[in-house]
Amino acid sequence: MSGNATPAGADVAADEADLRTGGRQAAVPAQRANRRGRAPLSENKRAERRLGLLLCAPAALVMLAVTGYPILYSVWLSLQRYDLRFPAEREFVGLQNYVTVLTNEFWWTAFGVTMLITVVTVAVELVLGMGLALIMHRTLVGRGIVRTAALIPYGIVTVVAAFSWRYAWTPGTGYLANLFSDGAPLTERASSLAIIMLAEIWKTTPFMALLLMAGLALVPEDLLKAASTDGATAWQRFTKVMLPVMKPAILVALLFRTLDAFRVFDNIYVLTAGANDTSSVSMIAYNNLIRGLNLGIGSTMSVLIFITVAIIAFVFVKLFGTAAPGSDDGERR
Amino acid sequence: MADIVLDKVSKKFPDGTTAVRDVDLEIADGEFVILVGPSGCGKSTTLNMIAGLEDISSGELRIDGQRVNDKAPRDRDIAMVFQSYALYPNMTVRENMAFPLRLAKLDRATIDQKVAEAAKVLELTPLLDRKPANLSGGQRQRVAMGRAIVRQPKAFLMDEPLSNLDAKLRVQMRTVVSRLQKQLGTTTVYVTHDQTEAMTLGDRVVIMRGGAVQQVGPPQELYDHPNNLFVAGFIGSPSMNFLPATVEQGTLRTALGDVPIGDRIRRELEGADAPRELILGIRPEHFEDAELVDEETRRRGAEFSAPVDIVESMGSDKYVYLTVEGGRASAAELEELAADAGAADFAGAGSNLVTRLSAESTVTEGEHRRVWFNLEKIHLFDPSNGRNLTLHEAHPAGAPAA
Amino acid sequence: MADTTTRAKLRWGLLDVFVVAFALFPVLWIMSLSFKTPATLTDGKFIPREWTLENYRTIFATDQFVRALVNSIGIAMIATTIAVVLGAMAAYAISRLDFPGKRLLIGVSLLIAMFPQVSLVSPLFEIERQLGLFDTWPGLILPYITFALPLAIYTLSAFFKQIPWDLEKAAKMDGATQAQAFRRVIAPLAAPGLFTTAILVFIFCWNDFLFAISLTSTERSRTVPVALSFFTGASQFEDPTGAICAAAVVITVPIILFVLFFQRRIVSGLTSGAVKG
Repeated sequence: MSGNATPAGADVAADEADLRTGGRQAAVPAQRANRRGRAPLSENKRAERRLGLLLCAPAALVMLAVTGYPILYSVWLSLQRYDLRFPAEREFVGLQNYVTVLTNEFWWTAFGVTMLITVVTVAVELVLGMGLALIMHRTLVGRGIVRTAALIPYGIVTVVAAFSWRYAWTPGTGYLANLFSDGAPLTERASSLAIIMLAEIWKTTPFMALLLMAGLALVPEDLLKAASTDGATAWQRFTKVMLPVMKPAILVALLFRTLDAFRVFDNIYVLTAGANDTSSVSMIAYNNLIRGLNLGIGSTMSVLIFITVAIIAFVFVKLFGTAAPGSDDGERR
Repeated sequence: MADIVLDKVSKKFPDGTTAVRDVDLEIADGEFVILVGPSGCGKSTTLNMIAGLEDISSGELRIDGQRVNDKAPRDRDIAMVFQSYALYPNMTVRENMAFPLRLAKLDRATIDQKVAEAAKVLELTPLLDRKPANLSGGQRQRVAMGRAIVRQPKAFLMDEPLSNLDAKLRVQMRTVVSRLQKQLGTTTVYVTHDQTEAMTLGDRVVIMRGGAVQQVGPPQELYDHPNNLFVAGFIGSPSMNFLPATVEQGTLRTALGDVPIGDRIRRELEGADAPRELILGIRPEHFEDAELVDEETRRRGAEFSAPVDIVESMGSDKYVYLTVEGGRASAAELEELAADAGAADFAGAGSNLVTRLSAESTVTEGEHRRVWFNLEKIHLFDPSNGRNLTLHEAHPAGAPAA
Repeated sequence: MADTTTRAKLRWGLLDVFVVAFALFPVLWIMSLSFKTPATLTDGKFIPREWTLENYRTIFATDQFVRALVNSIGIAMIATTIAVVLGAMAAYAISRLDFPGKRLLIGVSLLIAMFPQVSLVSPLFEIERQLGLFDTWPGLILPYITFALPLAIYTLSAFFKQIPWDLEKAAKMDGATQAQAFRRVIAPLAAPGLFTTAILVFIFCWNDFLFAISLTSTERSRTVPVALSFFTGASQFEDPTGAICAAAVVITVPIILFVLFFQRRIVSGLTSGAVKG
């Protein structure tokens, strides 16, 4: 069964083995996934394949057309000097745009801001989200109310939430501004960043909590009972029993939220519009593109962001072996 | 009503594995046939092929003399009961049972009447307007049966219909199924992995292993005259004891002492390539406490003495586990059986001898006990291919040496 | 014993109250602002001293907001319908059928789910300008469908996997054709999943800001979140705060309604799609 070198020979050998042992392996066909096998497909199987491809085709085509081609196009654009205000000057400049962006301090500031927001919000959300998940999962009273309430930040339009926070922290209209400070927090860099992070955390903690709650639901109640009869304290039950079982759920949640946090845009746009060096990479890419109409530079930033996200995802998958959700297609033959 | 014939039916999956291999089977009109075997033996695939839910790779399937290989399930006029019952959760019991009739475009009055009849037979009348979610396991099972019988199909196919019920209910439903089948006289093919169900329900039992039929016959015949090691080990509970045995100068050396062997076996063993190592098989009920055996009977068997490990008193008799020296018998079939029972890696599972002694026996745990066994009932198997060497003998294997 | 359970209940109750407050405060605040008169807008009081519907009257009197609302509803509904239909087809294939390229499709949609949307903005901006899709409904609907599809496919395949497919076999044995089996047995069971997915996708489309602000330029196809952000500088309003808040409340209402009525479904949809498997 290990004969990978010569496919044809391996198949024959496998068939012979079957005959000799009276087909004992056949008893466990799923384990013997000899998927290269070119055994003639039955009519039914072929029809099934055709139907499968047919059903997936529209979705796959749309996704590819709207992402695949534009990605390539944006790589092409990033290699050109292309400013819509000076269309005549359009020319191929190689990697010059990359040099321009990567030596620009605004880019690096924005990059730093984005990283800071990503790391801080995801870390805080993980802790808060875990707490919220525990509350939603285990609360003795008002489970429905808590879950409903927690869904509101998730569902609400980010721009609306951002406005709410903006007014809250604006002297005059705001309760928080009046409470906590006498200045205008949204005009200073540190406090602005803090507010942006607060808004992000408020908005996305419920999502994190829901993902974690799905993980919590996988922890068998009997396991916790067994642990407590074995003498584990509540904290030990949490760290030694629940966390290990939840690990896959946590990693998926972290991965999703990290990549999502890296895209931060709406909150910054409404809260500070990028003033006082609070721009994220999405924000300055947008500014170069739509405000500055500089397609070359904008595309370069787009490509750089794409690469960064790819690296983050890659590191996650390599480090933790995060399983792709929904990829359990092995169960059906 | 119809007969079902499988003619060299095989199922090959696209990845090259063969799930069912050249199954030949003739099921007579009105017969109740059980397909039994460990998981993965191909019994469910065979059933699905009869149903039309999986296509047949090669061979021919005939229902009522007509080739139906390429017919859709709906054109075969057979009903099926699923292990999961497969009741439509969005329909009431009545709608579930009426569903096949409505698809057959019968008129309302007929449908109502047929559903009412079936419901009466299965005592489902008070439940007709409930949804499946509000029924107990046993009730759901009966609804599934009702949906099958309501349109009086040519045959019933049942895929482990009782395995989701608890033990007590299972026994009860077994008799319901049996009575119903006799009453309706409909050809039935019933798949199970439970050998007790197989023994008690069917007119004939088909034992499968690795996609191939091992033996077909009435339950008692399979029990008394198993073709091979696999059938011997699979049928019977507790199962047959297997011990390694060596042929030496006309006698059989075993952990239970030397056992004389009959003429035919001896003749068979005289060939140059004949096996020297055999497997001895003895069913638990063919042992007895030596103290309780009268002189007349004693001569038909042999005695040995062994330490008593555990005594389980069942009331009607006693299961006594004896520790015997010497290794376990080993053969591919036995490993597979152990794996199916989940005891493959559980040491001690095979080193014990299970015996079923009279309730009057005074045997106690820990003592050394003399135990008798019936030489007329022993089986000898060839470990290389599992064949039963004692099968076609005119007289029993171990007729006492004159 | 009774004492400890009461105390436990009390403790959980307190935590619950804290969570609810945390979740609702910003929403309630913006609601409160929307009902305030211009004079009391800056008083910092949580409950308005003078209630007024003036802000709502103002926004519904302007073309700017009404147009944006129509755009938002239209674009989100069309995108949702298409994404759910395409997603359901793909999810059915993924959960039910065996075909080559299945893993690839799952992988690609996972990639898109994590894709930085801003990376698409610049090429789409240019491509849509060339194709004449810029500042049109289809120009927004297309990227919405694309980014909603992974969500739809995951959630729906999780739902489809829960459907006991023995039922389909049973229906066939009962004499149904493939089409009848689907229509009378499978479709009624899949409906709740489709509905839940539609809600999630709708929320996603309703929420989007980046595409909407980058790929539109006029009232022709501007959605509410974008219109909101433009209220600020617009000269139409002396002080846009009240109007922004009123508009914000208006577009929050459908979300709140969804959440109130379909909490259970949304939770199960989000969690099953994201983690199981």
